[in-house]
Amino acid sequence: MDGSAVPMIRFSLNGSDIGLDVETGERLSASLRERCGAKDVKIGCNAGDCGACTVLVDGEPVCACLTATAQAAGRVVETVSGLIASVEGRALGEAFQNHGAAQCGICTPGMIVSAVAWMRSGEGSVEDALGGVLCRCTGYRKILDAVAEAAAGGVEPLNGSGAMGTSIRRLDGADKVSGREQFGDDVAGADVAVVHVIRSPFARAAFRFGDLEGFRTHTDGVLAVLTAADVKGRNCFGVIPPFADQPVFAVDEARFRGEAVAAVVGTPDLMARFKDGDFPLMWEELPAVMEPEDAMAKGAPELHSGRANNVMITGFVACGDSAAALDAATVQVVGTFETGFVEHAYIEPEAGFADIVDGRVEVHACTQAPVMDLDSLEEILALDRSQIRVVPTGVGGGFGSKLDISVQPFLAMAAQAINGPVRINYSRGESMQSTTKRHPAKMSVQIGADVDGMLSGMRFDGVFNTGAYASWGPTVANRVPVHASGPYHVKDYRAEAVGVHTHCPPSGAFRGFGVPQAAIAQEVLFDELAAKLGLDPLEFRVRNALKNGMPTVCGQVFEQGVGIGACFEALRDAWKNALVEVEEFNAKGGVVRRGVGIAAGWYGCGNTSLPNPSTIKVGVRLDGQFVLHQGAMDIGQGANTVISQIFAQALGFDVHDLELIGADTDVTPDAGKTSASRQTFVSGNAARLSGLALRAEILRRCNVESASARIAAGDGVVIVTDGAAVHKVALAGLDVDGDGYVLRSEESYDPPTKPLDQNGQGVPYAQFGYAAHLAIVDVDMELGTVTPVRFVAAHDVGHAVNPMLVEGQVHGGIAQGLGMALMEEFIPGRTENLHDYLIPTIGDIPPIETLIVEEPDAHGPFGAKGLGEHVLIPTAPALINAINMAAGVQMRRVPVTPARLRAAILEAEND
Amino acid sequence: MYFQPTTLSQAVRDAQVEGVRILAGGTDFYPSHGDVLPDFPILDISRVDEISGINRTDTGWRIGGGATWTDVIRADLPRGFDGLKAAAREVGSVQIQNMGTVAGNLCNASPAADGVPPLLTLNAEVELVGPDGARRLPLEKFLLGVRKTALTPGEILAGLHVPDTGQAVSGFSKLGSRKYLVISIAMVAVYLIVEDGAISDLRVAVGACSPVAQRLPMLEADLRGARDVRGCVMPMHLSDLSPIDDVRGSGEYRLDVVVPLIERALIAAMEQA
Repeated sequence: MDGSAVPMIRFSLNGSDIGLDVETGERLSASLRERCGAKDVKIGCNAGDCGACTVLVDGEPVCACLTATAQAAGRVVETVSGLIASVEGRALGEAFQNHGAAQCGICTPGMIVSAVAWMRSGEGSVEDALGGVLCRCTGYRKILDAVAEAAAGGVEPLNGSGAMGTSIRRLDGADKVSGREQFGDDVAGADVAVVHVIRSPFARAAFRFGDLEGFRTHTDGVLAVLTAADVKGRNCFGVIPPFADQPVFAVDEARFRGEAVAAVVGTPDLMARFKDGDFPLMWEELPAVMEPEDAMAKGAPELHSGRANNVMITGFVACGDSAAALDAATVQVVGTFETGFVEHAYIEPEAGFADIVDGRVEVHACTQAPVMDLDSLEEILALDRSQIRVVPTGVGGGFGSKLDISVQPFLAMAAQAINGPVRINYSRGESMQSTTKRHPAKMSVQIGADVDGMLSGMRFDGVFNTGAYASWGPTVANRVPVHASGPYHVKDYRAEAVGVHTHCPPSGAFRGFGVPQAAIAQEVLFDELAAKLGLDPLEFRVRNALKNGMPTVCGQVFEQGVGIGACFEALRDAWKNALVEVEEFNAKGGVVRRGVGIAAGWYGCGNTSLPNPSTIKVGVRLDGQFVLHQGAMDIGQGANTVISQIFAQALGFDVHDLELIGADTDVTPDAGKTSASRQTFVSGNAARLSGLALRAEILRRCNVESASARIAAGDGVVIVTDGAAVHKVALAGLDVDGDGYVLRSEESYDPPTKPLDQNGQGVPYAQFGYAAHLAIVDVDMELGTVTPVRFVAAHDVGHAVNPMLVEGQVHGGIAQGLGMALMEEFIPGRTENLHDYLIPTIGDIPPIETLIVEEPDAHGPFGAKGLGEHVLIPTAPALINAINMAAGVQMRRVPVTPARLRAAILEAEND
Repeated sequence: MYFQPTTLSQAVRDAQVEGVRILAGGTDFYPSHGDVLPDFPILDISRVDEISGINRTDTGWRIGGGATWTDVIRADLPRGFDGLKAAAREVGSVQIQNMGTVAGNLCNASPAADGVPPLLTLNAEVELVGPDGARRLPLEKFLLGVRKTALTPGEILAGLHVPDTGQAVSGFSKLGSRKYLVISIAMVAVYLIVEDGAISDLRVAVGACSPVAQRLPMLEADLRGARDVRGCVMPMHLSDLSPIDDVRGSGEYRLDVVVPLIERALIAAMEQA
């Protein structure tokens, strides 16, 4: 072509001939999604770093985001929605579901497309073929298992009854493997107005707007401009109301790089070309404080009035007399540990759609907490909550960061401003700049033990960089002192965690709320303490493990359900064998040294001493269909399946016969937020109660009193089978309620907790889950590189609702823990993409053996405990203990990058 | 404007358009200009026949300006190219290798460009074609600094010329913080001929340790005749390197690990000989 005119681009898409007029340089990913409706092509980074957009062009996998649509002219383009019907695609789709290889599902299209290409070519390793697609949920091992099963052929669907304890496929899995699931950016129709947020390029800066009205009226395609002046309600939000401090749009001064100061709503055509430099805005960079010690120093700029020295909050737990116990200790260890910002790096950047429907504001966005989003919108928009509807889309990974609102207020305000539909899709850069992170921590820890190897005093002092706004910082500050002892009996204890504001992005919730950081300090020092005592690290831990009847550091005594001892016992053989293996390996000499490490963790499920009820509703329609209103957000972890299994177990019903209605603030009751490892426990209990209530109602109607009776749906009837007797409850003639139900139940559950006193004594959680990991690593002593060899992970889940999903959580948590330990460190302004910020790839996760321990919990539904966060707590310290053993070093800072480890090796050699 | 010529002469004419930018595999083009639509003319050279593929020439090999990393991996090439092939397999991911071109890797001129160290050891020359005809430059004269090359506006990198490699063996080693999709902390390419168990010819290049990857001529000279390279790499051999501190590692670390990286690459290559 000669460039003077852009001719129509013609290519084959999934077997259909396509002709498109495109913009100069338009990316194939954009054309496929926006012009061809192929929303199964996911965009995670727009830079070739994540591979979610992988499609086949003439049979070869390429990133659609790096391909000009014009380059596809005359070619054959295939995406997952087409490939899923191929022989290879079908096998992969079945196998991915069998293994739980799709959790959130956002990377799945890229994975399956890449795997199809590999199966067809037969070239190279699976790892090489899938190495270009990042997954943040699964830890990749299940994906490798699934591809192996598909390649072997003859994939049969996993067949489980669905009863508690059986592995069944995710109930929502089919749409994930076919690319049909709609995520945040997949909902909007064509030609919907686009919202773009204008953000601070500086960590701290004053700003002034120029002629906004002139800009609005004189720029073709601008439909609205939004600033703080347009916030009708409170220009302030926060997940913890007493600490709410974050503006939707900053006023006069921005407090972190990436903070929103304005938004432009424009036509898609304009916004595809819009550059921030065109917006009338003047910046004046101001001195910023990026580290807590600078922020607490005299004369430091105060981020929020009333928070002296930039201290947001201090969490505190003390029992016994730690100073006296430490003084009396036979041996002592001390250490100062440091961790950095960790980015959630879900493959789906924040995105959503909003519209005005019958005068109400409807927001469709990826979220972990739809009702909290509604709470925030109510205040920001100054609208009665009846006028707002929040409908979560599929969530392409959350891990804590999608608990906070991000796109929601921009969408809602923009929809109101133009009185019509709008969409937004964060770029990878703005997602990384502006959304919450794991808190960086500096922790000084001192632990003592007596001559018998029993703990004698522990002191923990942590400073957590909570960034510019509170977000979940108070939760971190409160959770850390409660958990920093680890799952051990520490009679004399003092722990303090201070959250300090800086001009960094807000630190918030990230799988574990600060506990993973604290576990690094405590568990690594435990190994050093064991070494000083001449005790085996596992034996030392077993000796001090918390047992039923022993008080925690909060004085809480569990008479049942304390499973850490069982986790240690589960690892005993693997530990013994690993020690032998390590010795034999290292006896051979060479620059590669092997080490094994062990570490434990515990985690209280649900909010800390605060109410966090869940409600689950079920209805039976006149036609006999059972409908479960399952509002516990499934962000990939499997709540849709687990909550349904628990409900079905209680009802005595086949889980596969349930119809699910997901979270939607109009039709589904609040099941609380997906955080704090609470859904299986809290929403699971609500589901159990709801199931039991409906069961009682149905059995009453047919006069059956039997614990073993099964309930099933028939055509216009409910069938109750009690041994040989079959009863039918006719539904015709029953009153139909406003939801269309003739039978219904709706039950809530709130875990029994008690407030903590000024020393942190009380009942913070109704249940804890427990875990212990064993990691084996190889260290290249010359290069400082770490190659994990394998993991063995023991998890006390009380009662495994779905063992396949349990394993999926364990694998995914280990992958994130490994990333935190070895490679992940977010540096504001420097690593705002997925090639400078590294998360593990498929080649970085070794085999993982999961040992499910079941120490039932009296409060858990059928004994089940939460799991979502426990899974990464022991990983990093287990790895560090293994590295320390292998290399003869004492690592004090994560990530243990090759450069840091090599420096430590050199230092140890010079000592 | 979007130009998609199929001949080199047309491509060169298109390249004269004011402000035009060249697009080949897109793997650096798109990430470098952000998420907005391009507002400049684009010259897509991916359909120019004369610059595709890898071909034998009278004196060696020509890697076309449009040849992708996958083309390198799949080409039937002598062992002297093993280092380049190894580098090709380490470029990003399969997706990147399928689209990204060797020439684009050079034009992008990143200090961490995976292709540069092996191509330096191959004594590659670049073929630049402009309105006034073609010219050739040794690769080390083409790469001028971080993101700087000798490519003048209106020129196209049409190909690379690599002289015959004879009995040479070669190797490549990349050090990064994860397995795939990783930018090098440091990398090493070696190219050598072994006669009667001793090195008779040696070329070593190090990447990501200076603004442009460097050959190490003093080391190359000192190791000629060597039978065992263990412990042979000395700090003085690395005096041309000037590694920086960045998020991937410190300069000090880079200098430190280059030594074992070179030795290991040499030992592995000698075992192949």
